[in-house]
Amino acid sequence: MSDTVTTEAAWTLRGYEMVVGLEVHVELATRTKLFSASPNRFGDEPNTNIDPVTLGLPGALPVLNRQAVELAMRLGLAVNCRVQRSTFARKNYFYPDMPKAYQISQYDEPICVDGWLDLPDGFRVGIERAHLEEDTGKSTHVGGTGGRIHGSDHSLIDFNRAGVPLVEIVSRPDIRNPEQAKAYVNELRAILVAVGASDAKMEEGSMRVDANVSVRLPGAEFGTRCEIKNVNSVRSVGRAIEYEAQRQVALLEAGESIRQETRHWDETDGRTHTLRSKEDADDYRYFQEPDLVVVDPDPEWIERVRFSLPVLPAARRIQLAEATGQRPDSEAVLVVTDRAQDAYVLAVATAGGDAGRALVHVKEAFADEGGQPSVPASDLAALTRMEVDGELTATQAKQVLAEIVANGAGDARAIAASKGFEALETGELEPMVDDAIASQPDAWAKFCAGEGKALGALVGAVMKASKGQADGKAVTALLEQRRDATG
Amino acid sequence: MEGAVALGVVSDRITPEAVAKVAKLARLSLSDDELRQATHQLSDMLDHFADIDALDLDNVEPMTHPTPIANVMREDIEMDCLDHDEVLAAAPAAEDGRFRVPPIIGLDD
Amino acid sequence: MADPTESSIVTATDIAWNVRNNVVTATAVVERHLAEIARREGDIHAFNLVLADEARARAAEIDEAVAVGRDPGALAGVPIALKDNMCTRGIPTTCSSRILDGWKPPYDATVVTKLREAGAVIVGKTNLDEFAMGSSTENSAFGPTHNPHDTSRVPGGSSGGSAAAVAAGFAALGLGSDTGGSIRQPAALCGVVGVKPTYGAVSRYGLVAFASSLDQIGPFATTVADASLLLETISGHDPMDSTSIRQGPLDITRHLDFGVAGLRVGRITDLPEGASPDVVERLEQAFDALREAGAEIVDVEVPAFTYGLTAYYLIAPAEASSNLARYDGVRFGHRVEAPDTNAMYMATRTDGFGAEVKRRIMLGTYALSAGYYDAYYGRALKVRRRIAADFATAYERADVLLTPASPTVAFHLGDKTSDPMSMYLCDTYTIPSNLTGDPAMSVPFGSGDAGLPVGVQILAPALQEATMFRTAAELERRTPK
Repeated sequence: MSDTVTTEAAWTLRGYEMVVGLEVHVELATRTKLFSASPNRFGDEPNTNIDPVTLGLPGALPVLNRQAVELAMRLGLAVNCRVQRSTFARKNYFYPDMPKAYQISQYDEPICVDGWLDLPDGFRVGIERAHLEEDTGKSTHVGGTGGRIHGSDHSLIDFNRAGVPLVEIVSRPDIRNPEQAKAYVNELRAILVAVGASDAKMEEGSMRVDANVSVRLPGAEFGTRCEIKNVNSVRSVGRAIEYEAQRQVALLEAGESIRQETRHWDETDGRTHTLRSKEDADDYRYFQEPDLVVVDPDPEWIERVRFSLPVLPAARRIQLAEATGQRPDSEAVLVVTDRAQDAYVLAVATAGGDAGRALVHVKEAFADEGGQPSVPASDLAALTRMEVDGELTATQAKQVLAEIVANGAGDARAIAASKGFEALETGELEPMVDDAIASQPDAWAKFCAGEGKALGALVGAVMKASKGQADGKAVTALLEQRRDATG
Repeated sequence: MEGAVALGVVSDRITPEAVAKVAKLARLSLSDDELRQATHQLSDMLDHFADIDALDLDNVEPMTHPTPIANVMREDIEMDCLDHDEVLAAAPAAEDGRFRVPPIIGLDD
Repeated sequence: MADPTESSIVTATDIAWNVRNNVVTATAVVERHLAEIARREGDIHAFNLVLADEARARAAEIDEAVAVGRDPGALAGVPIALKDNMCTRGIPTTCSSRILDGWKPPYDATVVTKLREAGAVIVGKTNLDEFAMGSSTENSAFGPTHNPHDTSRVPGGSSGGSAAAVAAGFAALGLGSDTGGSIRQPAALCGVVGVKPTYGAVSRYGLVAFASSLDQIGPFATTVADASLLLETISGHDPMDSTSIRQGPLDITRHLDFGVAGLRVGRITDLPEGASPDVVERLEQAFDALREAGAEIVDVEVPAFTYGLTAYYLIAPAEASSNLARYDGVRFGHRVEAPDTNAMYMATRTDGFGAEVKRRIMLGTYALSAGYYDAYYGRALKVRRRIAADFATAYERADVLLTPASPTVAFHLGDKTSDPMSMYLCDTYTIPSNLTGDPAMSVPFGSGDAGLPVGVQILAPALQEATMFRTAAELERRTPK
């Protein structure tokens, strides 16, 4: 397994580079809608979370949800944006899932502007803005094939989702390869969850990603961009922009030009398809929403929100990396931080344990559903202590941990004793090492010639012979002694 | 709010093509006669409205609201919803607890 | 019902006092008004819907409350006519448009709730120009309303139904909505008091929107005191309307007898021309009357006044084009079936809206559309700022301003229907207050051509309703016989 996740590796195709900006919509974790008091809840019976505002009934008026504003501020401050005076506008277009035939959205004066987000490897993606807007209802297409619009007999509309608060986070076109795009989405999701702004589940649609993709020769002007919609997983983000960049390069290589358009990512055929061209784009007739007033958070409110932010994933990764001796962008650190198990690892260290070994065992300690550890940090601390003191091999430690997990707690030393575990002494290992060298002369020769890879086969043979009771580090040391003596 | 200002002043004439485009945007259909009449009437109005071309408005802030109030917000507290059955009974067409519409096509242009 | 004193109790103020004090019954009052409706409504057509049964039931409730010693409220037993663009739960609300045919709102407008809490009795929903777009009530899908003073003439508009209902004695009070003069102009033409309050003083929640930044609900009444009583009842902060001003109900009535001594009354020297001589003469008499009452008449200039019409007819249709987009045949109201949703939209809207509404939707859509926004809507918003600034300057020198409410007395039905622009000019003097958000009212002041009523308009700075009403009360006392 590769030890670290880097995104710096350049993506190029026939000399072209990709230029990608992402627009991420997230549903905010409020109790009620952006402009009315019906519940913001996923999965209820259709058209039950409705009120006059949600349905756009004549005479209904929007009133802004303070918590939605605060969550947008939390997110914005977490990605280093400036929170500013903002206004709402109406984006006018007809669609049956848009009750008023206009969407209330922040347009030329968004609440959060000019931020950035650092990927785990340190690559910085600029954030142009994050603004509040309302979600639409949901259409279901009946008849025809596969629930698609085209060929359907009719459609049915559920307005439960209409008016749910969204924040749209618009990145700058700083992304240059699929790995960066995926890392950006992952990092943004981690931040959203950490600050409590959203559950950010792409599979439930509470986080949706649109990608603006263009290609260019390095140093040249930006090319014509296409907007890719319907990207429903992090993996698809990478696939969709890679496909789209390849498509654009092929067109340019064939002497054709790129048409500015909106394209639809099809997960099943792995391609993007024209949804509509920008030439016949709707004329949205934006104008300031007269039913709402300016939102101008005072500095005191902004600072209160800023101070209430939790330690963010990037800082937590650094903390965990320092405690465990790993790189902040190592896979183990990324995964453990993403699962919010980093605090537990640090607690093991505080309880006198070894953070590095705790990082290895943390997955087992969280084997139960529900996100809570099933082993007291002090018990894992005792176990890791025995490991680093050479009293237990890694394999033995796993077995002891399994028993602690099964019982919900346990004294590592007592369990190890009951199993008769103790690391083999050097004297007991030596004959096994001799056997391993004798039975695998090729591996031994390669190891002596400096091929580190050959070590694994030799250590493996000893581990097998000792039924896992040998300490891998001790075996390696013995093998190196022999080699140095031979040399 | 952005967009090229094709016409810098109010006094420029409106064309039948522009009226047809506007009607389509507003989801209104006009017969040829109605289009001609609407073009004529809108032209008359715009002629009258050209009086503001005489004003120098360069340094004037647009006024969108009569009263300069800010930060009107409500707490995030649930209130009663409308009755599902009553609302759907009032719909022109409903099915399966949802609002029914004919096939959704022709809406992207 | 045969109470000899009852028929002499006419004003809302008197009705409420006598009902609260158990002198007359709400039932008797309501029956008298229903009888008047039965007698003349056929000629006038003030109502889209008369709520006789509901009114009788409500009157009985109020009488019961009084009988057990409970106070039904400040408007106890007062019959009121409600413009049919205010939502009434379970009662059709049509905006005089086919597109809302059959729609019964599932909720009450805030003003309706306040009226009920104050013990008022809603006797019916009144006719209007479709979606409040018009100045004669001829743009109604259900036919025009006629002026009670001369049924061959219009009552003004768009709140012509409420104005006519109050003038005809169908109700002691009426509620209208005023976007560019839709309360004040019909009040002038029907010879009643009509008030557009400060924007945000009365909640718009449940008022079917025409132009959101201009719309205000306000009272019709036969006396200045009655208008004051109604405005006090319906004003005050509403958390359901984000543009509602955060303060309690307006405090007006106790100022009505203070007089105008020392008050600075402004005459706008650069007022747009177009008022007919009879109207101008009455306005001059109004200045004289106030001077005699101790006011100081001062000359002020409002150079941008004249551009109000243009700003208004770009801003109001722009907002309306968006506000009226929700009538799409999906969730409520009228639908014309068609093979696909877009065709359904076109068929429904083309069939459901009348000519004037379509005209304004197109004008507004055009004013907002790509390439034209800056030239039309954007410029209109700047003109609006200029007008507000000019008024602010004028109010440094004057406490209130006087203008005509309508350029002419009531005109004949059909006179202006073929020329939209001539109809729009009816709003010349009333429009600026909607653009600035300041209060304004029309108070009857004698008669003009053909013996028809003339209204004088009083304008005041934001939230200075008390001063405005004081002036109106003085004019009312000095009305030429």
